[in-house]
Amino acid sequence: MSSDEEPPKRGLKGPAPEERARPEGRRNSQGIRIDPDVEAEQLPRRTTITALVSNQPGVLSEVSGLFSRRQFNIESLTVGPTQNPDWSRVTVVVEEPDPNVEQIEKQLDKLVPVIHTRELGDDAVRRELVLVKVSADNPERIHAITEMYDGRTLDAGPRTVTVELTGSERVIDDALDAFRQFDVREIARTGHTALARGETKTSIAPDRVKTDE
Amino acid sequence: MSSERAVPREERDGEQDSDPDPVTTGAESVVRALENAGVEYLFGVQGGAIMPVYDALFDSGMTHVTMAHEQGAVHAADAYGIVTGRPGICMATSGPGATNLVTGIADADMDSDPVVALTGQVPTDFVGSDAFQETDTTGVTRPITKENYFASDADSVGDTVGEAFAMAARGRQGPTLVDLPKDVTNGDTDAEPGSAETPPTYEPAETAEPAAVERASEAFADADQPVILAGGGVIKAEASEELRAFATDHEVPVVTTMPGIGAFPENHPLSLEWAGMHGTGYANMALTLTDCLFAVGTRFDDRLTGGVETFAPDAEIIHADIDPAEISKNVEAEYGLVGDAAAVIEQFDAALDESPDTDEWRAQCEEWKREYPLDYYIDEDDPLRPEFVVEAVDAATDDDTVVTTGVGQHQMWASQYWTFTEPRTWVSSHGLGAMGYGVPATIGARLAADEDQSVVCFDGDGSFLMTCQELTVAAREEMDITVFVLNNEYIGMVRQWQDGFFEGRHMASDYNWMPEFDVLAEAFGANGYRIDDYDEVEDTIEAALADDGPSVVDVHIDPQADVFPMVPSGGDNGLFALRGDHL
Repeated sequence: MSSDEEPPKRGLKGPAPEERARPEGRRNSQGIRIDPDVEAEQLPRRTTITALVSNQPGVLSEVSGLFSRRQFNIESLTVGPTQNPDWSRVTVVVEEPDPNVEQIEKQLDKLVPVIHTRELGDDAVRRELVLVKVSADNPERIHAITEMYDGRTLDAGPRTVTVELTGSERVIDDALDAFRQFDVREIARTGHTALARGETKTSIAPDRVKTDE
Repeated sequence: MSSERAVPREERDGEQDSDPDPVTTGAESVVRALENAGVEYLFGVQGGAIMPVYDALFDSGMTHVTMAHEQGAVHAADAYGIVTGRPGICMATSGPGATNLVTGIADADMDSDPVVALTGQVPTDFVGSDAFQETDTTGVTRPITKENYFASDADSVGDTVGEAFAMAARGRQGPTLVDLPKDVTNGDTDAEPGSAETPPTYEPAETAEPAAVERASEAFADADQPVILAGGGVIKAEASEELRAFATDHEVPVVTTMPGIGAFPENHPLSLEWAGMHGTGYANMALTLTDCLFAVGTRFDDRLTGGVETFAPDAEIIHADIDPAEISKNVEAEYGLVGDAAAVIEQFDAALDESPDTDEWRAQCEEWKREYPLDYYIDEDDPLRPEFVVEAVDAATDDDTVVTTGVGQHQMWASQYWTFTEPRTWVSSHGLGAMGYGVPATIGARLAADEDQSVVCFDGDGSFLMTCQELTVAAREEMDITVFVLNNEYIGMVRQWQDGFFEGRHMASDYNWMPEFDVLAEAFGANGYRIDDYDEVEDTIEAALADDGPSVVDVHIDPQADVFPMVPSGGDNGLFALRGDHL
């Protein structure tokens, strides 16, 4: 006890830092309590988050602004209309550790135009579309590779061939690898879009926001 | 209009509009929506693109307070929102008017203060053409508003303003903005706005999930060293009474955050006052060693937690908040309770079968209070200690006095040495830390507070210099406020950090020259006072408080005075420094 002591001329009285009782535990940099000897951080994983949003000006900028402001890593972001003309679906592929994936869902949910957000499971149906334009030096071989990946030739001219491929990210990556044997002039990828498999609903719109479909 | 005093129009005219005229333009619809929402005051600055709305205000019973600068308007509206709990309204024109609001909007966003900003915009046909005074206001403010709106037509603009008001007030409060193109406000409409409502997609939880409350209450009952951490959300949710009853019934020590100051009376035996970078030693010790933390309405800001690695590392955390995205954002919560603070505290109380046994723990907290008092050195031959001035003003005023501040050392001394006992009496810029907040916030707080409540401001010389032009408003409106400028002719907090972390190299922190603030105040039409010595303190404070109208007291304090305790940025709360050599 130090109540009788004079306070020091600069600062306050009291036991110095090294004289104080100390806690036993520790948290990691994500604020999660951990064994003090293990400082393991959660590793990032790749996952797909889908959000049903109401169509209003600025909604896409709100969503993309959220990712840049909070420094979440996104691999792709796609937006398109849905069965209801008042709604759009945003599909985001992110690479983040678990706590951040949860934060992304919560932060998306917090945006007023967002109706429903969820992370899709591993069994979800996912597809990406890519257009590849290559030099038409070897049309037969280009055709064969296109067939092999269930692609379609959209444009075949004397100098270039443009094909369309759809598939999972892995299939697209493989196909593009195969196309690199040709002179690839340009590539355009849409990024992922996805729906939950079977009877599982991708998004659940509460009754209060349902409009005539 | 700017020459008129801030008295409601019905008093000026001696009659009140009983049956308002039907709406004929978008601007009238905007004004009607605000009237429907019960707005009394608006703070703003005129300008080209917002003129139609101002013209519609000419016939309204609401009172417009013309500010000197748009930053003043938004800070005044923010303080009005803090003191009343209802959204404060600010107005500005397009372009520079709107961009001048940005600091205050960001401040309201960080502190979840209810504010509605109405900005003029160039006519819709000119939008995107880089027209005169055109700025993408919704784009600029999107990351710092809870929601913003671009008004699309005269028929719906009133309802849009109503929605912006409701969004600012409901759930987790925050700033909203409506950008008003001049053709929309000038446009013809007879659409009367409805009542202010949030959109159907917006549904904040009222009460927490009962099973989660049950589990959390079991953990709390088992705790040996529990602490309640009360944030600004307790005040925003009007949950101070519930908190007081809960803490007292279960005899659990209470720590507040800085925005939570006033949520729990600081003269209560269970109060450890506030924690964080400059919080009390006893609050920081309790937070560091607690084994169960019941945190209500706080976002675990880094100025509170220090480094998260060492924040309450032995504690299971029960986190109650209206915003689900705050749960486990910065610090992982074992139990997340999403709901209104007052409702969740009551749920938690009902679920708690037995109180934790806190006899030993409270004795420990009492010992820390004795070990780490906010007890400072005085030598009457030395320059004046700022802490002494804060305590003297506190002693000279009533408990319900509203205290506003700028940002910096003076803000910390005010929050440390003033004993706050009531919610909505502490008005400050926390998360954003916006210097210049003080004077305009005092104006907003003055209009929000009851007539018999005193409103005093502690400002620093640096903060004061940023917005002191708003004194012209206080003088014009004959507002009874008293501003104490704790003047050390430094950006004092920066000077303190330079001494602690930059080898005392006082780069750009030493002003060397400051105006005589008492004389400056008189030029604005306020009363000016000056204090240099201990023997002038009591009488001068008394005279300044007794004056009607605005007073400014230029208090020349010890330029070398530092703020302690201090947890360096990212540091360990339990290792707070009491003196420079602890840093």
